[in-house]
Parts: sequence; C-alpha cells; structure tokens
Amino acid sequence: MPPILSLITFAPILGVAGILALRLLGKADDPKTVEASKWIALVTTLATLALSVLLVVQFNPADNGFQFVEETPWFAGFSYRMGVDGISVLFVLLTAFLMPLCIAASWKSIEKRVLEYMIAFLMLESLVIGVFCALDIVLFYIFFEFGLVPMFLIIGIWGGARRVYAAFKFFLYTLLGSVLMLAAILAMIGISHTSSIPELMVYHFTPAVQTWLFLAFFASFAVKMPMWPVHTWLPDAHVEAPTAGSVILAGILLKMGGYGFMRFSLPMFPAASHLFTPLIFALSVIAVVYTSLVAFRQVDIKKLIAYSSVAHMGFVTMGIFSGNATGEQGALFQMLSHGLISGALFLCVGVVYDRMHTREIAFYGGLVNRMPWYAAVFMLFTMGNVGLPGTSGFVGEILTMTGTYGVSTWTVIIAATGVILSAVYALNLYRAVIFGTITNEKLAGITDLDWREVAIFAPLIAGTLALGVYPGAVFNLTQASVDHLVQAYQAAIGS
Amino acid sequence: MMSSADLGLAYPELILAIGAMALLVTGAFAPKAGRYVGWGAVLVLAAAAVQAATGPFGRGFSGGMIADAASAFAQVAIFVASAVAIPLGQRWFERRGMHNFEFPVLVLLAALGMAMMVSAGDLISLYVGVELQSLALYVLAAMQRDNAKASEAGLKYFVLGALSSGLLLYGASLIYGFAGSTVFTDIAVAVKGGAHTGVLFGLVFLICGLAFKVSAAPFHMWTPDVYEGAPTPVVAFFAAAPKLAAMVLFARVLAEAFGGAIGQWQQVLVALGLISVAVGAFAGLAQTNLKRLWAYSSIANVGYAIIGLAAGNAEGVTAMLVFLVLYMVDVTGFFACLAALSRQGNSMETLEDMAGLFKEQPGIALAMTAFSLSALGLPPFSGFWAKVFVFKAAMGAGILDETAAVLGLVGSVVAAFYYLRLIKVMWFDGAVGPTDKPPVEARVIAIGLALFSFPVVLGALKWIYPAAERAAHAFGLA
Repeated sequence: MPPILSLITFAPILGVAGILALRLLGKADDPKTVEASKWIALVTTLATLALSVLLVVQFNPADNGFQFVEETPWFAGFSYRMGVDGISVLFVLLTAFLMPLCIAASWKSIEKRVLEYMIAFLMLESLVIGVFCALDIVLFYIFFEFGLVPMFLIIGIWGGARRVYAAFKFFLYTLLGSVLMLAAILAMIGISHTSSIPELMVYHFTPAVQTWLFLAFFASFAVKMPMWPVHTWLPDAHVEAPTAGSVILAGILLKMGGYGFMRFSLPMFPAASHLFTPLIFALSVIAVVYTSLVAFRQVDIKKLIAYSSVAHMGFVTMGIFSGNATGEQGALFQMLSHGLISGALFLCVGVVYDRMHTREIAFYGGLVNRMPWYAAVFMLFTMGNVGLPGTSGFVGEILTMTGTYGVSTWTVIIAATGVILSAVYALNLYRAVIFGTITNEKLAGITDLDWREVAIFAPLIAGTLALGVYPGAVFNLTQASVDHLVQAYQAAIGS
Repeated sequence: MMSSADLGLAYPELILAIGAMALLVTGAFAPKAGRYVGWGAVLVLAAAAVQAATGPFGRGFSGGMIADAASAFAQVAIFVASAVAIPLGQRWFERRGMHNFEFPVLVLLAALGMAMMVSAGDLISLYVGVELQSLALYVLAAMQRDNAKASEAGLKYFVLGALSSGLLLYGASLIYGFAGSTVFTDIAVAVKGGAHTGVLFGLVFLICGLAFKVSAAPFHMWTPDVYEGAPTPVVAFFAAAPKLAAMVLFARVLAEAFGGAIGQWQQVLVALGLISVAVGAFAGLAQTNLKRLWAYSSIANVGYAIIGLAAGNAEGVTAMLVFLVLYMVDVTGFFACLAALSRQGNSMETLEDMAGLFKEQPGIALAMTAFSLSALGLPPFSGFWAKVFVFKAAMGAGILDETAAVLGLVGSVVAAFYYLRLIKVMWFDGAVGPTDKPPVEARVIAIGLALFSFPVVLGALKWIYPAAERAAHAFGLA
C-alpha cells in the first residue's frame, strides 16, 4: 500500500515546488506567472482533498487504533511515524476541505506577492495535516511549531493596518505556550524512553509528574484554543489577517488545541486532567459568557466573529473534559462544525470587505436590498453560529452540554446562557448589516455574490446542512476511537 | 619521553604548521602566487582534516597530547569551518582593495591553535593552544588597519583576551601547585575522593578564563564590540570554530581532570549557562546593529551549550558537541550573508539596512530567515535539534529541574522577538534602495549552509550524532 498519509501531508509541498519552478523560470510579477501560480495552488489543494476523501473512504471505522501507520526510524531514538485514528482523520478531511476554498477566496483579493502567498498557504496546509497525522511526539512538535511561520508571514505581509503588531503577538503568545510544551515533551521522553505517541498514551506517569506535564501542555493548547484569559491574541490576529488567513485560523489552527487535549492531555495525563477539570470548566464558562458579552460590544465585524469563536471553543473544552463519550463526540462535532461555520462567516465578511474595504458594522446596513443572495447565505451561517437545530452548530452544543450535565450541572446551566447570548450578538450583527434601508450612499453600487463566491459558499452550505441533518456520518467515523479514549480515561481515574 | 610514535599523533598539527609556514614564505617571496595562497590553505586544511579523521589515536608527549575520537571530531569540524572562511574572507578583502595573503595564513595558524586546544592533555599544551589561537585571532580582528573600528576591536579583543589568559594561567599554576602535576590524568588522581581547596580555587580561575574565551556571561563584555568592529568574514570565522575548540577543551578539562569533583563545578556551569541565556536574550532586544545582535545571540547559544556540558555525562557532552556543530553552521551562514550584502559598496550591518531585502535579494533573505529561525530554535531547523538534545540531556541528568528548564526555554521566547524583528524588516517592510549583486562565493556559502540548516540536517544528524557520541565517550564519561 502506498504511504497515503505522507502523500497527503506532502502533496502541497509539490505545489510549492511547482510555484518555485515558475518563479525561477519567469518574472515574479508577470500576470501569466501569477495566474499560473493560483491554478497550481488550487489544483494542488484539490488533489490533496481528493486524497483525503480516499483516505476517509478506506478508513475502517470499526478499528479503534491507529490506521495507515508508517514508521521509519530516525536519529537519537526518534521516528518518522504517521497514522490516523477516528479523531484525527476528521481533522485531516476538514483541513483538506477548507484549503481549496481559501485559495479560491484569495483569487482576487490578494494583489501583491501572490506567489509567496500561495506558497505560504500550501506550506501551512502541509504542516497542519502533519500535525494531525504525526504519531511521534517530536514530529508532532515540528509540524505544530513550524506552522507558526507561514501564519506569521500571512498576517504580517498581507494583513491590515496593524498587521505587524498582530503577527508578533500571535507568534510570541503561541511560542511561549509551545516551549513549555517542549520542556514537557523532553521530560516525557526522558521518563518513558519513547517518543511514540501510541506508546505514551498507555504509559503510566506518576500523578505528581502528570500534574506539571499537564500544565505545560495546557499552556500550549490553551493559547492555541484559545481559552480565556489567554485568548487576546486571537481578535488581533483575526482582524489583521487577510480573509483566507482568518478562515484557516478559525477553521483549523484553533482546532489543534482541542485535538491536542484529546490526543495528549486526556490519555497521557488522566489523573491530572481529572484534577484540573473544575478549573477547565470554570475557564470554559467564563469564555462562553464573558466573550459573548464582549462580542456584543464590538464595532468591527471580524472582531465580533473572533470573539464568538472564543465562546464556541468554550463549549469544546467543556465537552472534552467531561470525560464521557457524549461530551467528546460533541466537542469533536463542535470543532468540525465551527470549522465550517466560522470559516464561512469570515468569508462572508471578506465578501463585503473586498467590495468596500471596511469591516465597520456602522458602515453597513440594508444590504438585503442590494445583495439578496448574500443576505440568504449570511443568514444561514448566522443561524448556524447561533446553534439553530438543522444546522451543524446545534448538534455540537447540545451534545457537549448533555455530556457535561452529569459531571457538573452548574457548568452547563451557566454555559447554556451562552447560547442565548450568541443569539443576541449574532442576530444583532445580522440586523445591523443586512436589514433596514441603505443609508450609506457608498453602498448604492454594491454588487451581489458572483459565481466564484457562490462556488466557495456552496460546499460550506452543503456541509453545514448535511451535518446538521445527519450528524451520524461523523459519529460513525469517530465512535470507536472516542469510546476507546473514554474507556481508558475512566479506567485511569477510577483506579 | 618523546618517541616517533608520539609524532604520529601530531600529524594534523604538523601538516598545518608546515603548510602555514610554506604558504607564508610563498606569499612573501612570490607576490604573484599570493592569490593562490588561499586555495593552498584550503588544501592544507583538507589534508589535515583527513589526517585527523583517520590518523593514529592515542596519548603521547608524556600525556601532553591526546588524539582520540573527541579530538578527531572537533578537528574535522574546525578545519571545515576554517576552510569555509578562507574564500569568504579573501574575496571580501580583495573587493576592498586589500590583496593580502596573510589572511589565509592567519586562519591556518588559528586552526593550528584550535587543533592543539582540542587535543591538549595537560595544562601547558592547553595554554599554548589557547594562546596561539588567540594571537592569530587578535590580528585577524584588526586586519583592516585603516579602519578605526577594526583596530579598536582588535585592541579590545587583545586586552581582554590577555586578561583571560592571565586568569587561565593563574588557575593553572594553582592547580599545579596543589595537585602536583599539569597532566590531566594525574590531576584526576589527585582530586579523586575530594579535591583540595587550592585546586578548586585554581579550577574556578580556569573556568573563568575559559568562559571568557567562549564569551559566556558574565564574561561576555568584549563580544559585541569585537563582533561589531571586526571585518564581517573574520567574524564569520571567529564566532564559530573557536567556540567549539574552547568548549571541547572545557569539556576535556572538566571530564578528564576534574571528573571526580563534578559536584563542585556542575552548579557553577548551570549558573553560567542560565545567566548567558538570559543576558543574550534580554540584551539582544536593544540592538539595531546585526553584528552586535548576533554577538548577543551567540552569548545565549553558548549558554545552551554550557548547560549541555553541565549535565556532566556522555549524553550531555554529546548534546553540547552536536549543538556547537549545528550552531557553527548558523553563525557562519549568517555572517556569510552579511558579508555578501552591500549597497553601493557600503556594508549593510543595521536592521534598517535590511528593509525589504526579500524583494531585492530573495535568496540571501531566505537564507538569513533560515539562520534566524534556526538560532531561535524553531523546528525543523538545525538549531531546534541542537536545543532538544541539550535540554533532553540536562533534564535527564537531573541538573535542571522543571523550573530551570522552563526558564532556559523561555529565554528563547524573549530572543525570538529580535529574530522575528529581523524577519519582519526583511519581509514586511518596503525596500530602501537597490543592493549590489552579491559575490558568488558568499552566495554559495550562505545558501549552501542554509540548505544544511534545513533539510540536509535531518539526514546529516544520523552521522553527526553517533560521531559526537563516540567523541563524548572518549572523555571517559558514562
């Protein structure tokens, strides 16, 4: 069997090589070269998507272990080890699904240094997929950490007015979390004499060691997630990033935090996870309620959606640390759904930003008169964001809350107010931007969605509705792995 | 007693010494052949490297000289680094109208000194090696005679270097006085089962002297000034190989002579290492001159290497050796980039000079980005592996508890700010003006080393790591 995971991970690098070859052959600012580079990027990401679909088709949902495992020894005891289980395969698919949309969304809005932009995105795709496939903890760290560089460049080069500040804040916040994780990784290797993730998942660290290892990993994942109070880099990064950058940030990079909790914190440090569950619940509900209130007061559309992301991630952390299958499934589903919905919402902002070059809520109003299709699309994703039944947003929220209810009722009661608050800010945003009459004469000439934008939104709409109506498709995939995770966790904390 | 077998151990040094003299004579009496002196020096270094790698191993000259896996490892690395510096420097001086054959000869003499340092088996040959290396470097730093800053750098280097040599000698004399011998193995016997206070006193002076040579804080004051003033390709040379030589010497003295007193020096080294990391990280924040910036970066990086040494076991010394070899690549590469850049004939040395460099010189800018990320310790670049090995060893040996390890790593986050600032200036800002076409040799060296930093390192470590492991075992460490 061909090493399909390596193929998926490094397929985007082939695209990078293609664009570099173009750059060496022709001039960087030649319109033909620029056009060709976009097509190379699009075709590469579509090919990666095709490979990922193939992966999911071949994936055996009944098997609760790692599949498609590849292993080659490296140096100093490390290995190049790849593999996916029901949890990670989902994220591989999500990444591969969002990337072509990002390339398409940047087709016209990126005008300067297009080749570098496409290279940065392809590299980012490769690294993110690598994060989800790596089964060696050092390899994981390489992918996890190096992903900062393309994102740093994407924000810093193609971002808005305060892009440099946002890029530095993003990088340094995340780096600080990561080096703490690195210290923990090295300690784990020192104690257990293995860097293999499957072996570490069954290794028993003593509770005292678990505590500090947990905290070090927590520092990294909490920043990535982001959890309150280390979320402040996110609104800045989102606001300044170009549209596609925001989509990737919200859609995929944040998920690395949740994935990390499920892959490392719960299975490797169950006792510490159990110990810190009350803290995580507290931080989660603060995130849900506080950032929802903050979101309500925003004047910038992107910032509002960014804060709403933090609130939605609060449900995810809550579900993960509930420690039962319902909560885990809900958290996974919520991450997947948020990847689609928040990605789509950032694309919605991108649509009007490309036309008007402002994201101020007050600037808009009455868009329904000029952009009926846009209003309909925006409506669907706003509803998804609120968690309306029938959209994917509903399933995740209800499951995380059901799962947590038995563990901590008060947490759920407080978090449930977040559902109402999300309706308040999201509908308020929708009212302010879409409804009413056009008062700003600059909006008089604004045009509705063109075919390219429709093509970008169509798969997202299909995904949001399909998952909302038939979430079982996802649960089939994740069931065995989640059950396995929960059983091991419960056995560990029960003893 | 010296025998002919002893002479075989010194073949690499002899090749260098005879080669340097022959080239000196050639340069002095056949001016037309002067421009080939550089290539001659590279050949001499290559021959010495082959000899060092294959040559007979053992101890000779009454214990004064050791040829083993450690000296072979270090010598090969030193000779390669010197050979890279020669074309870089000679062409750089030629473009500035200085057609001198002394540069390659001085590099050879410095390499000879370093070769002696890493194979020193007693305090006398230690001192002779250190001095030979240092004297050649003082002259190299001041080679641009008509440049006030270079002369200042040379003088500063000389005065402070002399001070550190004084400390070294004083320490050596104390050790000799109380232990009764200058040979490392005899000292080891004397300190076994508890060292005399006088010996420890001497050891402290010895450590201070060597810390001066590797520019570990708080003995780092000379570094930024000398780096700033000295000609860029010279910095590319003396920021790399001499650090390795001094650290290998450091490791040999501590492991072979003072292995029995590990409890006495371990904490000193941990403190030196962490202070260097902190000073390098925080003081670097205020720098706008890139040569000064990398001086502080080198202080921080030496701190990491010292932490590896402080582990005091074979894994720690292996980590230190791997760290230094990988760091040599970064630092040589970075200064090769600086040597390659000029704007209308003027050197580009400050942060502002680099504005928009990515547009002007994408290759050099990418290489500088790679070296910066590597020095910052970002995976998958070589600097990341270097740090991983050091911290793994230090934590495994139990000399760093969680807090100290975290502090050391947090230092790299602080330092991240200045590396990122450089990347930001090169990638985000607009260009200030056209740059000259980079000379071919500097470009080849810079880009070649950048490719080593990633991805070649991933394959190369398969060879470097076991070699370093063998070297570490040669010190008799477990």
